[in-house]
Amino acid sequence: MNLHEYQARELLKAAGVPMFDGGVAATPAEAEAIAARLGGTVVVKAQVHAGGRGKAGGVKLAATPAEARDHASRILGMTIKGLIVQKVLVVPAAEIASESYVGLIMDRESQRPLFMVSPAGGIDIEEVAAKTPEKIHRLAVDPRYGLLGHQALGLALTLYKNFDQVKTAARIMEQLYRVFVANGASLAEINPLATTPDGKVIALDAKISIDDNELDRRADLAALRDETAEAPSEVEARRANLTFIKLEGNVGCVVNGAGLAMATMDLVKYYGGEPANFLDIGGSSNPEKVVNALKIITADPAVKVILFNIFGGITRTDDVANGIVTATRQFKVEVPIVIRLTGTNEQEAVKILQGVGMKALNDMDEAVKQAVALAKEAK
Amino acid sequence: MSIFVNASTRLVVQGITGRDGSFHSKQMIAYGTNVVAGVTPGKGGQVFEGKVPVFDTVANAVRETGANTSVIYVPPMLAAGAIAEAADAGVSLIVCITEGVPVIDMTRVMPFVREKGARLIGPNCPGLITPGVAKVGIIPGPICLPGRVGLVSRSGTLTYEVVNQLTRNGIGQSTCVGIGGDPIIGTNFIDVLAAFEADPDTDAIVMMGEIGGTDEQKAAEFVSRHVTKPVVGFIAGQTAPPGRRMGHAGAIVSGSSGTAAEKIAAFKAAGYGIMERPADVVGLIKQRLKK
Repeated sequence: MNLHEYQARELLKAAGVPMFDGGVAATPAEAEAIAARLGGTVVVKAQVHAGGRGKAGGVKLAATPAEARDHASRILGMTIKGLIVQKVLVVPAAEIASESYVGLIMDRESQRPLFMVSPAGGIDIEEVAAKTPEKIHRLAVDPRYGLLGHQALGLALTLYKNFDQVKTAARIMEQLYRVFVANGASLAEINPLATTPDGKVIALDAKISIDDNELDRRADLAALRDETAEAPSEVEARRANLTFIKLEGNVGCVVNGAGLAMATMDLVKYYGGEPANFLDIGGSSNPEKVVNALKIITADPAVKVILFNIFGGITRTDDVANGIVTATRQFKVEVPIVIRLTGTNEQEAVKILQGVGMKALNDMDEAVKQAVALAKEAK
Repeated sequence: MSIFVNASTRLVVQGITGRDGSFHSKQMIAYGTNVVAGVTPGKGGQVFEGKVPVFDTVANAVRETGANTSVIYVPPMLAAGAIAEAADAGVSLIVCITEGVPVIDMTRVMPFVREKGARLIGPNCPGLITPGVAKVGIIPGPICLPGRVGLVSRSGTLTYEVVNQLTRNGIGQSTCVGIGGDPIIGTNFIDVLAAFEADPDTDAIVMMGEIGGTDEQKAAEFVSRHVTKPVVGFIAGQTAPPGRRMGHAGAIVSGSSGTAAEKIAAFKAAGYGIMERPADVVGLIKQRLKK
């Protein structure tokens, strides 16, 4: 789960990372009041989960509170990469002497939190990594001991020559590491970590992603989720304990298991169709899940056909069949349904479906081909 | 022969009295797996299904029954602790089925597992099965057939799909291993490929990968240097959008890294037979075994 910049700032600030005072506004009047309180020139920044906010016109300088209000009224409600801006962050505009990058990611290879720091900050770090990898210093932290003092100092020395700045940066590394571990983050970055003309080291922008698995034991972090920043269908799916990702095609997919769900989408494409979604109903075979899955998929007007691909293991295929029957009794499904099921209790499932005049296929390729053909006919 | 599980596997089930643990314990016993003990703290002294003694700790289970393999069905927030307990008790193979284990917990427990010299498979995996001999985990027994093709996969039901294709066409398996879909896992593709290469009863290998990370690319490099047996491979998630977690915590394309295209290219470079769809496994394996 991605946090908004203002949420990430709050976590870092609480850990002691030096940052400018600022405020979050949901209305132009609030933005004006924050700018008046801060005094001087401010930056008004759109709070959306999308990169390239500046290029999209979502980050503006304002010399006066009135100007902050004007910018906020234009930015609030603006759409950036399909997401509507609901809040802006208002912070003092800083004069900057240098910009560095300090990031921590959960590294799959070393199986440890990995620091990546670079004196070339402020811009896209992936670009720095690709073009000038020597400018990025890496350090994998042994989680048993945490970030040791000399390690933090070593990282900070790659950024600054002035030793006061080095000491401050080393402390910031330790604070960032603590925030990362304490909140089960998969990414925590400060970009840029800036110096001001009078030599202060200060974090100007922050980004934190939390491991979704962490949220089940951390209600405080789960409460930071901004559902307005997600597609409504995905919010509904999460509430129903389904993993759902909306795509652009017209073949709705209901599958058990993430790998099989991906392979089903790929096979739809292989036979010339376009999947409308990724949907994993998971391992348990609760008919209610199937009903919810069908509700969410049929709510998408682009969907022309629904394809079930169920490989029964723990999932009982008769439960899935019952779910399909229940759903079609509860509400009218206007588009054709193609069902492939095999595995646990397959014969019972076939009987249940036959009882209501539905057919079940046994072969995955056959089912996908049929679904793609039906989607094409419907156009 | 086979890899990791065989006739001398003595299994302890952590979480044997739970909903999932009890269901799958019955299935494992029915398949013929030697389930020697169960562990549920506070339920020590009970007997599961009239024959399997339940202990409060893994250490007690190991001391009393000589268990050498553990399978874990405990809730996600307790899973890392259960892994550590098994490793500390001297279990040499630990299979963690649990999905949703916080990744930060895995960073702490992995060094401990290594220090104790244990092998962890998973978490968030279907476990493994040596058809006709033993199953540890949740892979459905009836779809498997004893034979000489080794299979390793990051997913669950997609594995069943491919195993089923093989079995329906009379191609048996030596061992099927699900290594799990999480970003930090105990056993990776290379570990399993090396074991299959060394196993005299495995003639060919099927490797089922997916988007996210670089494990498949590294495995392909390993195959080109160290694996003489034919390998066929599949990558799920060619149509997955970047930046989205596709069900499995580890199945995510970050920026331009971890895409299906780069993984398939690595497979091709290493001489894999490329499965464009799951059903291709049959033809490719037949063709490669003929050579």
